[in-house]
Amino acid sequence: MGDQLMNWLMAIVQTGLFVILSPLLAGWIKWCKCRLQNRKAPSLLQPYRDLWKLTHKQPVVAEQASWLFIITPYVIFSAMILAASTVPLIAVDLPTSASADVIVLVGFFALARFFQALAGLDIGTAFGGMGSSREMTISSLAEPAMLMAVFTLSMAASTTNLSFAIGFVLDQGIVLRPSFVFALFALILIAIAETGRIPVDNPATHLELTMIHEAMILEYSGRHLALIEWASQLKLMLYGVLIANIFFPWGIARQFTWSALSDALLLIMAKLMLLALFLALSETLFAKMRLFRVQEYLSFAYLLGLLGLLSHIILEASY
Amino acid sequence: MSHRESNWRAEFLAELKKQHIQVEVSALATMPLWQIPAKHWRSAAELAQGLSARWVSGWAEQHSGQYELNTLFAVRGDFLLLRTSVPESNTELPSQATVYPAANRSERHAQDMFGIHFLDHPDNRPWLRHKAWKKHQYPLRKDFPLSGDPEPVTAPDMDYQFVKGRGAGVYEIPVGPVHAGIIEPGHFRFQAVGETVLNLEERLGYVHKGIEKTAEGRTPEQLARLAGRISGDSTVAHSWAACRAMEQAAGIAISPHAAFIRGILNERERIANHMGDIGAICNDVGFAFAQMQFTRLRELWLRSNRQFFAHRLLMDCIVPGGVSCSLTDEARATMRQELKALRKELDEILPALDLNSSLEDRLLTAGWLSEKTAAAFSAVGYVGRASGQDLDARRDAPCLPYERLNFEVIVESQGDVASRLWVRVREIFASIKLLRQMLEQLPAGVIQTPWQTPAADSEGIGIIEGWRGEIVTFVRFDDNNQIARFYPRDPSVVNWPLLEKIVLNNSVPDFPVCNKSLNGSYSGHDL
Repeated sequence: MGDQLMNWLMAIVQTGLFVILSPLLAGWIKWCKCRLQNRKAPSLLQPYRDLWKLTHKQPVVAEQASWLFIITPYVIFSAMILAASTVPLIAVDLPTSASADVIVLVGFFALARFFQALAGLDIGTAFGGMGSSREMTISSLAEPAMLMAVFTLSMAASTTNLSFAIGFVLDQGIVLRPSFVFALFALILIAIAETGRIPVDNPATHLELTMIHEAMILEYSGRHLALIEWASQLKLMLYGVLIANIFFPWGIARQFTWSALSDALLLIMAKLMLLALFLALSETLFAKMRLFRVQEYLSFAYLLGLLGLLSHIILEASY
Repeated sequence: MSHRESNWRAEFLAELKKQHIQVEVSALATMPLWQIPAKHWRSAAELAQGLSARWVSGWAEQHSGQYELNTLFAVRGDFLLLRTSVPESNTELPSQATVYPAANRSERHAQDMFGIHFLDHPDNRPWLRHKAWKKHQYPLRKDFPLSGDPEPVTAPDMDYQFVKGRGAGVYEIPVGPVHAGIIEPGHFRFQAVGETVLNLEERLGYVHKGIEKTAEGRTPEQLARLAGRISGDSTVAHSWAACRAMEQAAGIAISPHAAFIRGILNERERIANHMGDIGAICNDVGFAFAQMQFTRLRELWLRSNRQFFAHRLLMDCIVPGGVSCSLTDEARATMRQELKALRKELDEILPALDLNSSLEDRLLTAGWLSEKTAAAFSAVGYVGRASGQDLDARRDAPCLPYERLNFEVIVESQGDVASRLWVRVREIFASIKLLRQMLEQLPAGVIQTPWQTPAADSEGIGIIEGWRGEIVTFVRFDDNNQIARFYPRDPSVVNWPLLEKIVLNNSVPDFPVCNKSLNGSYSGHDL
């Protein structure tokens, strides 16, 4: 019983860490990008200040907005918290991650997106509808690719549960699996598309006509906007953690001792910082793609996922 | 002053005579002025078009009890001012817009401001006129008070008849007038199918400030200051064009020293704005690195403007009769060093743009403007030159210092966003060379020639190649050294309609970069 309680406590702490650390990750990416552009960078804590500022502003809601528009930020934020609870951050074998698998995770993302797109349409502005339409186009291409990458992983580990899959990778030790390499690259491409980063979307743009994610949330303000921004930061961190912990899980805690947990926390932060640095680097080097190129880009991600799956069947089936 | 009577003008005159159109020939300081009867207004335009003359500018004026309409034509550097007049009691005359599409908005401008009726005009909706004036008030007529006659609250501009798109899957995107970036106001109405632009319609006039009206009654010094505020990014070019027009009217020749300083100011303005634009174009496709670098270079450039000329944007440096500032030998040496440093920086940064294939993918083929359309709409500046229009007022309507300098007019024929970007890049290098020559050859002399009161009714046309393109400014004095009519034609006036053409069949998210590559001035257009 005590163990059970401890496990649940750990699960809550871990989800809390996701929520608390995600703005820091966003701040780190901004910091790297600034430095790469030869600029002075704002403090790493700037995203926290922005969230604080937004929560203290009065939210302004369009007259035509329905209840859907108002509940959407809460739905999105909750969906991201639930998603965070299913992803092992510093420890595996937690009760929340044991109860949910990666398909549920994709489901949470889809739930958030569904409400986001509806809210974009709800107020009836041209930009909102445009953003929703683009978001759904991209997600309809990204989701199959994502599942393809996930299936590669689950075929190798014979499970769709993230916790068990990570355990499997840890147990195997360092083995170079071609299928995992394909899946890794597929997941990186999908993560960039799904979190609205360059070259698919530009989170820093002010140009309404080029926006995807930002176009849907143009009418949000105050605490509503804060929740959506925070949820986006959470999503970015979730993808980062997925990539780091599935493909490079070494260091994650399998026992709940203080030293193992603190080591795991430091290590995952270091891994995320490294991944974010790569992201910042690619965002500095590349311009945004033309919108019609996104389908080629995501088809490529899908192809990589498929190749991962095939190479698993052909090369690794004897495992 | 004598004119080299060029072939096209002689042919044009012969053609007019053949059509039995009466022509009263006279001349302004730099070009012939032909007056024809109003009923032949369109047929004269047709003849000019037959001789491939370019429509340069058009404006109206209330003068000596009637309305005078002017159209400026040119073939290369051979300008010709065509004029007609209509009585105040009957303000009808044939439209030239069916012949020259570039005349369309200019005629609507005259229609809104003077109440002139153009017959058979393809589109006689109001243009600059929103709801600021009562129905039968025309603000540029002499009987309209200079102080204006504003309503307590201006009614919203509600019932403008935009072009409608019909059909399955066609939808409308209204953008602006207030935009998310810190830019000026203007409304864009898109009809799109999916992400493809079927049609774009501009609605401008939101920054109408009454420049033409407030110019009336000003002294030359006051007009130069006003001209410098038509469009803040072209303050040098506009005040130069206005001063040149006034100096022609007054018959003043400025000192070569002052002319060289003006040239230096103009090229400095060109470099500053081109650098800003290059960065902004890259930023519009999500390549922030270039923007940061070019913003930095531009900022350093503006700071040295302040150091040399006491103003970051070089406002009010050009005054009637000369300039208000000069350069010490020390400043010239510093500026030469600065040019060297800028070249070095550009040589480092430009390969990062040139070798970036993701940037290339966005800019190449986007926003294509054919040479034919560019010619039909009289495109000027980098927009025209990127689409094969070999026009540059520095060469075509030369004045000091340009007639003493060697420079290359950059012309490309590719006509896309990439081409408009690289024309700007190459123009920066050309301007650096020009600056070097001017710093070396700067003749000694006074900075200002004393002003002489011009004769009553004297008029002048100043043509200057600003960074955005050719600026054509018309000035007429009254009998008291005061301005009677001022019409500055910003290059944006002719280039704005082209935006509607270049975005066709592009995708909606490519609009911002197409717009930025053209970078029309709202303020310079709306006046």
